[in-house]
Amino acid sequence: MFEHRGVTGTSAGETRAARVTALDQARTLLARAKEQKAAVRAVPAPRTTETRVQQALDTAGTDRALPTLPAVSDLLSGAALRGGAVYSVRGSTALVMAMMAGPSADGAWCGVVGMPSFGAEAARGLGVDLERLVLVPDPERDWLSVVAALVDALTVVVVRPPGEVTSGEASRLSARLRTRGGLLIAVGSWPGSEARLEVQANSWTGLGSGEGYLTGRQATVAVTGRGAAVRPRQHQLWLPAVDGSICSVQPVESVRPVEELPGWQQEAVG
Amino acid sequence: MSTRRTASARTASLQSLTRTMVIWVPDWPVTAAATAAGHPPDAAVAVLEKGRVLASSAAARAEGVRRGLRARDAQSRCPELVVLKYDPVIDARAFDPVISCLEALTPGIQVIRPGMCALKARGPSRYYGSEPAAAEKLLDRLETFEVPGSRVGVADGPFAAEQAARASSAQTRVLVVPPGGSAGFLSPLTVDTLEQPALTDLLRRLGLRSLGAFAALPATEVLTRFGPDGAFAHRLARGDDDRAVVARKVPPELARTLDFEPAVDRVDQVAFAVRAVADELVGRLTELGLVCTTLRVEVGTESGRIHEREWLHPRWFSAADLVDRVRWQLQGSGTATSELTSAVVRLRLIPEQADPVGAHVDGLWGGGPDERIHRALSRVQSMLGHGAVASVVIGGGRGFAERQTLVPWGDRPVAARPPELPWPGSISGTADRWPMPAPSTVYPTPRPAMVLAADGRQVSVSARGILSGEPAAFRFEPTSEPGPQVADSNKLHPVTAWAGPWAVEERWWDEDAENRLARFQLVGADGRAWLFAVRNGHWWVEASYD
Repeated sequence: MFEHRGVTGTSAGETRAARVTALDQARTLLARAKEQKAAVRAVPAPRTTETRVQQALDTAGTDRALPTLPAVSDLLSGAALRGGAVYSVRGSTALVMAMMAGPSADGAWCGVVGMPSFGAEAARGLGVDLERLVLVPDPERDWLSVVAALVDALTVVVVRPPGEVTSGEASRLSARLRTRGGLLIAVGSWPGSEARLEVQANSWTGLGSGEGYLTGRQATVAVTGRGAAVRPRQHQLWLPAVDGSICSVQPVESVRPVEELPGWQQEAVG
Repeated sequence: MSTRRTASARTASLQSLTRTMVIWVPDWPVTAAATAAGHPPDAAVAVLEKGRVLASSAAARAEGVRRGLRARDAQSRCPELVVLKYDPVIDARAFDPVISCLEALTPGIQVIRPGMCALKARGPSRYYGSEPAAAEKLLDRLETFEVPGSRVGVADGPFAAEQAARASSAQTRVLVVPPGGSAGFLSPLTVDTLEQPALTDLLRRLGLRSLGAFAALPATEVLTRFGPDGAFAHRLARGDDDRAVVARKVPPELARTLDFEPAVDRVDQVAFAVRAVADELVGRLTELGLVCTTLRVEVGTESGRIHEREWLHPRWFSAADLVDRVRWQLQGSGTATSELTSAVVRLRLIPEQADPVGAHVDGLWGGGPDERIHRALSRVQSMLGHGAVASVVIGGGRGFAERQTLVPWGDRPVAARPPELPWPGSISGTADRWPMPAPSTVYPTPRPAMVLAADGRQVSVSARGILSGEPAAFRFEPTSEPGPQVADSNKLHPVTAWAGPWAVEERWWDEDAENRLARFQLVGADGRAWLFAVRNGHWWVEASYD
């Protein structure tokens, strides 16, 4: 550009033109030097941002919603179970099975670690496919590495930690979970869990005094989300209903807006 | 002209015929079965197939036992007759060492059936000077191998040679039919030697009783009338058996044996030694284009016992998998560095089932998700042991704990008790038809408890299933076992609802395995439901509906 101007410049304004061109040249040089310097200095910089973005994209990709039973999704205020997250469940194995049932019916593999008394027949009754269920009843002290190994391949891993889980262990595992997109259900407490579900009360039907069979139960499940924004709620859940299905009972007033009631009643009946 | 052409055709066909030597061990099924059952060779033995005598020993034949007799008739002729069932596997297996012993003298032996084998006569006859000399040599070899009474026939083609072996006398033991003399040798024999019952029956009714008479028919007519099978039989009868002798292919030896001298008494040392052998074995399998899917591991210990176990693999064994299986088998429930109860002196790895690698090949884009899952589960197995990772099969049974069977990952999922049986008395035996919730927690070992009536005394069930009082409260007894407790022990839980007793009486005919109990469902005041059982006045919590 500069050369072009020099060649075509008029003789009258030659000095001015020369000065301008010199200035221009200096500017261009400076800009080029800056560019080069910036390029040299910032070689890793764009890449790190790039990787960061990539990581974010990756986790966004693996932060996927897993197929969830409608009743379980109601507990999570309409959201699906999130891959890459940890849910802690207390007070009920059946609720754990209900959470496993959605992904399992969709073809996902499930693993259960540290629960020698896991009732597989009940799991089958609640919709878990036993062909894609693996049990590690007694992982001894290696439970954390067993869970880490299973999380690599299975979609849903249920674990009952033998003792207190430190936040270091939890965060190491959740990093792995996020990259793999698996779902971890902890029976008991778990630091930094996505949601805590606790069965607070049960009422069974079908049993009298000396006659009948247990047929269905209504469980009161308290759900606490992560962070202060989500206040604890209580749900009524058939776990299972008399016909063997899992569904919500008529919701408590505070949980559901009134206008949704007709739909709810339908669901509760069906 | 025409006679010259037929003559030249004859010589051409003679050249195409293989000079064959057939070695026949008479009554081989009897010899094999009697040896396997541990009877002396001179006993009166008959081998039965489908209720009829297939073969009999010389002693039995002397008493009049013939082939085709019914078992009862045979026994009435010879009361001390030992009757054995025909087992083709034993038959074939016992003949294998005989073939190996002959192969030491001359290679290229074809097994026609157990008890009879063929080889090309040319090689041995040139080596030993003549055909009779070669035959004598083979017979001597069999005598030293304790297979007495064998015969040898030499002729053009396997069929004629077989008939020659059968026609040889017990004294000479060898019958050589000169080259080109097969047709003449065969012609007086009966058509039954063709061993085609449908065809020989028809030939008999047509009045053709000897092979010579059958051979005299024109070949084209036989083909149009009797089809390809008939034409083949006709060729045999003419002495025109152009089947070649196909030497058996020696199966590759894949079993590997490791001897430890001195004996090794630590698991990790054995595993270390196995590593190299496993690598070599898998390498050899790969060379042959095979993968091993079933492995048998035999461990011989200093105490003289041999522990063997068969291992299955959901895909196929890699070298590391082989080492793992050996380790698990030795280890049992111990750890890698634990000492063995008896030192190991010998170890054998036998690939029981090897499939062509093509049957197990990965897809173009890898083996899919199952491959990844298998790898992860195998890793956990090598961490904790083979039985630590299990899949569940629901079988039959009356209690919930006995209905679910844990099968180690990779083994065949077979329920311990067949689910299709009725199992009367089980609480949810009808679970498929009648959706009754199963307990979500089933204690592998029931936990002791106590159920009290309103008067504070323990509830008992009489022999006729009558309760001493209604359950009013229950309490969990503290257990010595480690692990999570059922609930606060010693706390009395009031019963709000209950049902039962459901009496179960199992195996009352067997004093040791007898099991007589009654089950109850109880709901506590906190709303939790439990499955209780009472046996001999002791209460247990079997499961919980949590």
